[in-house]
Amino acid sequence: MKLLETFRKLDRKGILGMNARNVAYIARYNERKLYPLVDDKLKTKEAARKHNIKVPELFGVIRYTAELNDLGDLLDPLTGFAVKPLRGSGGKGIIIISGRDGQNFLKPSGKVVTLKDIRHDISNILSGVYSLGGRPDTAIIESLIRGRPDLLKYSFEGLPDIRVIVFRGFPIMAMMRCPTAKSDGKANLHQGAVGVGLDICTGKAIRAVQRDVLVERHPDTGVDFSDLAIPDWDEILQLSAKCYDMTGLGYIGCDFVLDEYRGPMILELNARPGLAVQIANGIGLRTRLEAIEKLGNVDLHADERVAYVLEKFGVLSAKQA
Amino acid sequence: MSPKGQVYLFAALFILLGLGLTAYKSLMLHFPLLPDSERTVWDIEAKLSFETRGTPLTVSLALPEKQQQFKILDEIFASAGYGFAIEENHQRRAIWTRRDVSGSQTLYYKFKITERADAQELSSQDLPETVIPPTWSSAEEVAARSLINSATDLSSDATSFTQQLLQMLTDAQLSQDAQLLFESSRGESIGELAIKILNAADIPARMVRGIYLENRVYNQRAEELIEIYNGKEWVFFNPYTAQRGIPSNFFMWQRGGQSLLDVVGGYNSRVRFSVIGNDISAKAVALQEAENQTAALVDFNIYSLPLDKQNTFKSLLLVPIGALVVVIFRVLIGIKTSGTFMPVLIALAFIQTTLTAGVLILLSLVAAGLWIRSYLSKLDLLMVSRLAAVLITVVILMAGFSVLSYKLGLDQVLTITFFPMIIIAWTIERMSIIWEEDGPREVVKQGGGSLVVAIIAYLLMTNDFIEHLTYNFPEVLLIELGIIMILGQYTGYRLTELKRFRFLIE
Repeated sequence: MKLLETFRKLDRKGILGMNARNVAYIARYNERKLYPLVDDKLKTKEAARKHNIKVPELFGVIRYTAELNDLGDLLDPLTGFAVKPLRGSGGKGIIIISGRDGQNFLKPSGKVVTLKDIRHDISNILSGVYSLGGRPDTAIIESLIRGRPDLLKYSFEGLPDIRVIVFRGFPIMAMMRCPTAKSDGKANLHQGAVGVGLDICTGKAIRAVQRDVLVERHPDTGVDFSDLAIPDWDEILQLSAKCYDMTGLGYIGCDFVLDEYRGPMILELNARPGLAVQIANGIGLRTRLEAIEKLGNVDLHADERVAYVLEKFGVLSAKQA
Repeated sequence: MSPKGQVYLFAALFILLGLGLTAYKSLMLHFPLLPDSERTVWDIEAKLSFETRGTPLTVSLALPEKQQQFKILDEIFASAGYGFAIEENHQRRAIWTRRDVSGSQTLYYKFKITERADAQELSSQDLPETVIPPTWSSAEEVAARSLINSATDLSSDATSFTQQLLQMLTDAQLSQDAQLLFESSRGESIGELAIKILNAADIPARMVRGIYLENRVYNQRAEELIEIYNGKEWVFFNPYTAQRGIPSNFFMWQRGGQSLLDVVGGYNSRVRFSVIGNDISAKAVALQEAENQTAALVDFNIYSLPLDKQNTFKSLLLVPIGALVVVIFRVLIGIKTSGTFMPVLIALAFIQTTLTAGVLILLSLVAAGLWIRSYLSKLDLLMVSRLAAVLITVVILMAGFSVLSYKLGLDQVLTITFFPMIIIAWTIERMSIIWEEDGPREVVKQGGGSLVVAIIAYLLMTNDFIEHLTYNFPEVLLIELGIIMILGQYTGYRLTELKRFRFLIE
């Protein structure tokens, strides 16, 4: 029974499966009533502001189709912005505008879109195309994040983001997601973006994976991943730990972007983070989750939790696991 | 108790209860666990014909009585224009009445019978009435006495007497006495004559009418047996062969008593029988048999519903099987489906359309829908309007397919209406968004996943054994519930994850 053997090996390696994630972690540690805090980006922003966590600036909120008439006035002073569905997930329905061409707008790919195009996309968002169950949604317009050049070189078109898995306030595993031509500039690993496992203690690259294949260089930009070290890593760990205090959700994925001028910012939080981070790191999540669970109900400050992680989950201890 | 413990407790409770009830019904109430082989159901038609001259008319037909070898499943009385009633006094009789009708008339009585699974020896406990000796002419009296004497000499009791007498009456070389009796009683059958002689010998005897169950027999007369009472029990004889016992394929219609058919106000009346044997699945027979069951578990059962409602429930009871398949595929195997239970609805539609036709119809419907939807997406419609537009497109496509295929003579495609159109419209909408967002690969992956799950659900839902089990043992629902609850606690890897994460252990 080769399958059974694979099963046992994965289990021994502490790989977390989808069923275990759903039953043992999401259902147990994420209270349903707290979901809106992460699913609704406006609420996330509000809560983040209270906890002094940086988020992209909000330019406007569009709730009703009628408000689209004033869209021109709202967008007129802006050169770069992002339109997002409030309750969207997985990066669906996001429109990025990185520049202007007179009255028209420019996508990062250089494609020119008109105000009418943007109106149409927003009307799609409002009618609920991207929200769960097709509920009518709201569109928000945010400031565009200017990626740091030293990170942008690891990416094709889009912005690389950093996903940190936070369990009961302990940042336990992290990766950087680098868009590629294959992923159409999106940071989704299953669409072909490169996942770079990051040493949770240092923010340095462990290895890079694209669709189950180890890669050394970015397939489009050719930059070597082994030199990658995320700047401001301590701040990212701090912010991740604080996200737990902010949401109360025990098992979340925090998505960060590093702005050239403002530093690490929370892009969004996810109460059902995927399991691809294990593939990027080559390490199972369960070993670390269980280590945290063993601590019991300790009431630690965010700094103390980060300190614990730094002590326990370095790249050395990872190799032991 | 921890939630996990509660789940296992309830799951175990449900499964045990389900198994227990199933075992009870199977062992104590003799419900077959397996869909057994086919059983023969006989379609019998009695055709009553007579002529009338416009006088008030009363037609009375003896109906078959409840009996041990055969079970009557279904009775139909075709009697347009006639008043109709069933009389249940001494014997069950159907009565047709009409005030004013003339010319030749035909009435039909049709029913279905099947052999009982637990057939027992027929035993009749009723005691004979006092024997009334027949009235003979003196010549007949002498001839009958002579027959009785020779039969008495050759026999030891009433049974062997009858045997001997019938042999004398059916002998190829009839004795002079027997010849005389036959000639003087013109128009009487051997059975009728034998009964007269038996009565003269002070042996209680009566006529039994019935038909032989042979496939494709038309316009058959009622056949006769006689039965005699030997002091302890009734014994049957075939008067034409002098053989003792009831032939195995003899369906008894009427024992003793009156005539088979009485027509008051008509003449030239006669009854003719037609028999057709059909091999029908035992389940269909059990279904009809069950109507006569009285056990509480059966009484509070789906069988107590009207037949068309039962059919609805039949498919309802299969839905949990589909749900179980979906749970297994998502939790244990890890195949993505578009819409959680959409595959179950598709599988239900497949049951009506058959698999190949169903898959072809579905694929062409979704493909055509996706193509039209891709144009709609350019038109800047609000989502609800666009969804409604897709829905209408689906309806138009369904109508178009139906008409076109009907013209082409492909009746199978007419079952297209069984596809749940709202679900299909929603599927088209979702697929088209997946197409735009994640590309056609993901559409094929999710659509294919749904189709595979639907096909497997269909194959299970149409499996004879499962169909039989869910329908006849609704307790199985509890077992399914228990299994699904346990699966809901499964935290191991999905089959597809073994492949997904295999990379990590290499």
